[in-house]
Amino acid sequence: MSVRAQDPPNGAPGGSAARQDSSGGVPRGPLFGLRVLELAGEFTAYPGKLLADLGANVVVVEPPGGAATRGRAPFVEGTSHPESSISWRHYNTSKRGIVLDLATTVDSEPTGGNGDRGGDGDLGRFERLLADCDVLLEGWPAADTAALGLDPARFTRRYPSLVWTTVTPYGRAASGPDRPVTDLTLLAGAGPVLSCGYDDHALPPVRGLGGQAIHVGGSFAVAATLTALLYRTRSGRGQHVDVSVDAALNVTCELATTQYLADGQLVSRQTGRHATASPTNQTQVRAADGQYVVLGFPPRAAAQYAALVEWIDEVGLREAFPDVVLLELGVERGGVSIVSLGTDPLAQPIWDASRAAMMLLAEHLPAAEFFLGCQRRAIVAGMVASPEEAIRGPHARAREFAVELPDPHTGRVELHPGAPYRFGRTPWRISRPAPRLGEHTAALLTAGWDAGRDDG
Amino acid sequence: MDGPRLTDGPHQASGSRDAGGSPWEELGAPADRWAGCPPDLEGRGDALRHIRVCDLSGQLAGAGATRLLAAFGAQVIRVEDPTNQGGWDIVRGGPPHLDERRGIEFGASFNNHNPEKLGVTLNLRTARGRELLERLIAVSDVVTENFAGGVFARMGFPYERLRELNPSIVYVSNSGFGSSGPYRDFRTWGPIVQAMSGLTFTSGLPGQPPAGWGYSYMDHMGAYTMAIAVLAALWHRDRTGEGQAVDVCTVEAGIALTGTDILERHLGGRPPRPPGTVHANRDPQMAPHGIYPARGEDRWIALACRDDDDWRRLAAEIGQPWARETTLGSAAARLTGQDALDELLGAWTAGFDAAELAARLLAAGVPASPVRSAAERIDGPRPATPDWGLWPTVEHSRIGPARVEGLPVHLSETDWSLRRGAPCLGEHNQFVFGQLLGVDDAELADLAAAGVL
Repeated sequence: MSVRAQDPPNGAPGGSAARQDSSGGVPRGPLFGLRVLELAGEFTAYPGKLLADLGANVVVVEPPGGAATRGRAPFVEGTSHPESSISWRHYNTSKRGIVLDLATTVDSEPTGGNGDRGGDGDLGRFERLLADCDVLLEGWPAADTAALGLDPARFTRRYPSLVWTTVTPYGRAASGPDRPVTDLTLLAGAGPVLSCGYDDHALPPVRGLGGQAIHVGGSFAVAATLTALLYRTRSGRGQHVDVSVDAALNVTCELATTQYLADGQLVSRQTGRHATASPTNQTQVRAADGQYVVLGFPPRAAAQYAALVEWIDEVGLREAFPDVVLLELGVERGGVSIVSLGTDPLAQPIWDASRAAMMLLAEHLPAAEFFLGCQRRAIVAGMVASPEEAIRGPHARAREFAVELPDPHTGRVELHPGAPYRFGRTPWRISRPAPRLGEHTAALLTAGWDAGRDDG
Repeated sequence: MDGPRLTDGPHQASGSRDAGGSPWEELGAPADRWAGCPPDLEGRGDALRHIRVCDLSGQLAGAGATRLLAAFGAQVIRVEDPTNQGGWDIVRGGPPHLDERRGIEFGASFNNHNPEKLGVTLNLRTARGRELLERLIAVSDVVTENFAGGVFARMGFPYERLRELNPSIVYVSNSGFGSSGPYRDFRTWGPIVQAMSGLTFTSGLPGQPPAGWGYSYMDHMGAYTMAIAVLAALWHRDRTGEGQAVDVCTVEAGIALTGTDILERHLGGRPPRPPGTVHANRDPQMAPHGIYPARGEDRWIALACRDDDDWRRLAAEIGQPWARETTLGSAAARLTGQDALDELLGAWTAGFDAAELAARLLAAGVPASPVRSAAERIDGPRPATPDWGLWPTVEHSRIGPARVEGLPVHLSETDWSLRRGAPCLGEHNQFVFGQLLGVDDAELADLAAAGVL
């Protein structure tokens, strides 16, 4: 398993013969040629990575001494070296990195102008890169970008085709440095946390791990940036893209939001299943081997009901499950439709019996056997895997999902999740490990954007 | 070589590119897919007016992706199956509802996920239905679907066929397990994807079962991933004329959201964790960092001390002797004694209203937030991202006016717009088949009578 391309000729995904470009055999992602300047920050690293792994030429700009995000724990081997922050290494793949002292500019230079004030200093170097760039990605307070001479209302006079994307906790206008946030407080305030937890409400609600506030906001940042770029292709004009992480999370709560918008009801959290306005049956079961499985949406088709009856018999559980007659009724009635649940008094008991049958089977079988047994009968179910198991699971292995990425500086081989999307013609690819502090400063400032363009 | 071919995309930044029509337009592609349509149907967004999406996707993971495109003015045409009244999409008629009305046109989630789209019906089990779909694909820019892997191909529409119909087509397939591999044919929905990808496992408290996410987080993230795939493929097409197929596997997209966990455990050489060992409300670097009880029933406050300065500020607000202990001055000590610290802190927070205490701590510079309900964050005194316009009202032709989710982005020149509600079943058959594809009224009537529409 190694870093690899996945595209056969002709644009269909899934094969192995990579498209070769004319400049030396490096497959190009769909965003090849796109130039992105990213001011290193908590909310910009992830969208920058998405763009970079899609082939964009992303340069992350750090202050002298390194970005604050290099100090984020955990670290490789328990150290706190600036090159060994796990999150730095993960969120900065495929980028190049330079150091510019823009904070000095922010602190000392007059604000608000759109003239060329940069000269030979780091601000001038920044402006020269920006003048030849497609996307500026940053999450600074408005006062700090103003000190760089950037104003969302006027920047297109100087940078007419620049797409400038700002990702901040509450949108550009409302995100001052005086309103401190973390991933936890954002997820708590914006909705996801209250849906997540246990039937026992003496236990606190739960925040899903993994930096998901950054992921949700960053996904919208990328989608909106690409939208602005597609418009620019037709119009020639750039524009400002303002992204609110809080707003992004607010519209990423599913039923908690849509239920309230529809009828004003609030949902209530439940163990391992959807938070709902009225309590629902358990769907998460501890299997015979101690692992957990998750039942999917109950069966609707008659064939699924028939398969459940057959499976109950095969495992020898008919005696223990008298409601098998309801399953047989489901077969006779041609299945159960969602709409009929509200109108047909027999539909709900049949529907409930199918869930009860699945729970009984789950308790009697190892997790993997239950999962495969359901799915091979066209019944939706899953098993709860840890991330480290998921990336090494049979399906991910067969699809060569994981990326093993050698770091020439340390000799370590990093393991990263692979492509979230497989482009048949222009493959997603991690082209290089995260940049070391200032690794590409000299090259970029000497040769400009073209430096090393095709080596990554 | 398939499709029109230009030279490779410009390699200089577009700041110095000419501002004229795109290479794609130079190939003769339309700049406006809404040209000539009735004004009441026209998309209000400008950014993606040149994009037509033949959209066979639905539910949340598919509809959520094409919703973004529609909000920015793409002409998204949802193709639904008349034989089951579009019932493949379980939210079409399912709860929640705005009022007592029930049926296939009254699902509020469907309305939320499909505003600004057009809706047509086609029975793809019939030859005439498939032929009409082929004609629609031929005049579209994008084909989207989120059937289980391989299903659309078995319906007669593998990518190779789509490419014959339209060489520059962008085809994005979204499924739980993708278009290849041993689980390809398996069926999923959000919670299954979350379970299989590690996201359920990493959401829980120690000694407890996995809490999961409490909703279909991956239906949202799968949709955003799919939207990015469509847009990135269009960027490539607009520059080169080349279409392609993109396989979005949402289990893989979910694993990609656990990247730091995977990298940390890989580099540390650690074995897989058993269930019940995750404390999702904690952080490896910050303490205190958690969700604590507040005054009232099931009321909670989240707070975090990013560093020792945050702790000094919090301790000053607490003002009790235990908080002034110098032993708590270092993050290392607070992390080590976190269980005891959390008990003391929880006893203190329990005496306060969550919103009032959070406002006080924020004013002191400490990250804090009440754990907020939808009522609080949408209509409360401190709504989400004030003045954002996050909850627009759309007009659905049967439901009437209804509030839906807006987009968490604003574009300064070509912003999104959501005003028309989701399409009723086959609501735009006349426009799409009649006007776009040129089917005459007599044939339309015949197609309807034959059960094709």
